Amino acid sequence: MSAAALASHYDVERIRGDFPILETLVRGRRLVYLDNAATSQKPVAVIKALREYWETSNANVHRGVHFLSMKATTQFDKARETVRVFLNASSTQEIIFTKGCSEGINLVAASLFSTASPKSSHGNGSLSPLEPGDVLLVSNMEHHSNIVPWQLLAARTGAIVKPIPITDQGEIDQNAYDDLLGQGRVRLVAVNHVSNSLGTINPIKLMSQKAHAIGAFVMVDGAQAGPHLSIDVQDLDADFYTLSCHKIYAPTGIGVLYGKKTLLEAMPPYQGGGDMIRTVDFSGTTFAELPFKFEAGTPNISGVIGLGAAIEYLASLGQGESLREKLVHSFAQFSDHENRLARQAEDQLRQVSGVRIYGQAKEKASVISFTIDGVHPHDIGTFLDAEGVAVRAGHHCCMPVMTRYGIPATARASFALYNTEADVEALVKAVSNVKEMFA
Amino acid sequence: MNPDLRELYQETILDHNRHPRNRRKLEEADAEAHGHNPLCGDNVTVYVQTEDGKVTDISFDGNGCAISTASASLMTEAVKGKTLEEAEAIFKEFQEMVTSTEQEQDHSELGDLEVFAGVREYPVRIKCATLPWHTLNAALKGSESATTE
Repeated sequence: MSAAALASHYDVERIRGDFPILETLVRGRRLVYLDNAATSQKPVAVIKALREYWETSNANVHRGVHFLSMKATTQFDKARETVRVFLNASSTQEIIFTKGCSEGINLVAASLFSTASPKSSHGNGSLSPLEPGDVLLVSNMEHHSNIVPWQLLAARTGAIVKPIPITDQGEIDQNAYDDLLGQGRVRLVAVNHVSNSLGTINPIKLMSQKAHAIGAFVMVDGAQAGPHLSIDVQDLDADFYTLSCHKIYAPTGIGVLYGKKTLLEAMPPYQGGGDMIRTVDFSGTTFAELPFKFEAGTPNISGVIGLGAAIEYLASLGQGESLREKLVHSFAQFSDHENRLARQAEDQLRQVSGVRIYGQAKEKASVISFTIDGVHPHDIGTFLDAEGVAVRAGHHCCMPVMTRYGIPATARASFALYNTEADVEALVKAVSNVKEMFA
Repeated sequence: MNPDLRELYQETILDHNRHPRNRRKLEEADAEAHGHNPLCGDNVTVYVQTEDGKVTDISFDGNGCAISTASASLMTEAVKGKTLEEAEAIFKEFQEMVTSTEQEQDHSELGDLEVFAGVREYPVRIKCATLPWHTLNAALKGSESATTE
């Protein structure tokens, strides 16, 4: 084998060895974990980092002068730098830790359009409060967490939330998007990078350019992109980008909000509390620098350290000089692997009578939403579970997507870097037997 | 076929899912309610006609999983012709059967409805089985909707 071929060889068995939970037997059967879009499993590196933190470094950050606090603070700050590299942001001041993707979006919804500053025209858009009739464009394929915060904001301000239509293939209708940008005073576009229900990879860079051209901001929900794509926020040029870290092999309860520094600086704090202030006085309070201004209260220290460990683990699977290079290489390798498995699964599922696949975008991540004629997705889910195959069944917190295609729910198989061809076989075999029972 | 799965999807359940009984809109209904299970997206509307404290006719409509569809279908057969008190007693016993953690139970009084006993091993599916019953209850109590939440 040549050196190049050796380098490109993807050793999935070695990777599986890093994830102890994959050894689980489900009622005596091998676990086939295909619910990665809901949450990913955790590698030993993350579990070990959490344990080590609690056993050797546990203390509060940014306030103690003692040994443990300094140790915890060093690890915490290092993780923020790791996340900066992960997103290719230009400064750690643009990396805000949240409790999850939803909180990141809620933060922006609460703070973005609430400055009364006369210098409120900023960068590509205006930070001035929304006025009745102002438009917030939200794609039809959003997760509820990138719809509801905008609806709440609209209800408070009289702004209007308009859906950006999607095509039968599950892509954003770019012509309709262009038209919508030209109608009314559009202040913000909310769109996911990768759809959790359809797998579609949206053209964020293009959509950002178009939005910026008319003075609207762009909020990207990157929850499903984080595990599959190497993200470059500077290249995408979105104003805000959020991550759900438990989907990127890190613990639950930790998220990241990236925002352009100039915007974050102009925006008022989202929550008040400790850690986010410079001075507090009853005659007036001044706020801390970025990113701390948006991080009130003791942060999820172990979660952040676990996140740093998860990103370093992903980087360790790639090659290159810098952390960034390793990450880019690693993502290219494993998303290639995931996509190959997903396309293989899709091709085989299509052969099964009654199976319909939702989401046929040209650019698609390793997520497969499907139904079987005459069988409710929950029955599919329970049937597959009996075979050890874990999939998600339901509306995936995307009721407007289900409405768009006239279905109550779908079953969804989603892949991660540790899935194998044996997993695909088990999925297809189980799906092939479903109809026999119910139809 | 996996025996665990057989325990849940009894033949009677599969049959009522394939061929639901009394699945139609009841034009002369004097009570109806809509039930929704937000977890699954199960939707059911139950129509009831009563006379002198008795369920003279009952039907359902909507879409849902095999468990909820079969449960609605079997429910209509179970309560038709019963007094309101009897219907409520059946609902109570049914609920006890699918939620109780005790292994040794006798629910033979429930007749065909006993096929749902296996549901208690699948906590997330219990709501599928009880949704039609909550909806019937809502209709009889005069409220327009029921939810399993």
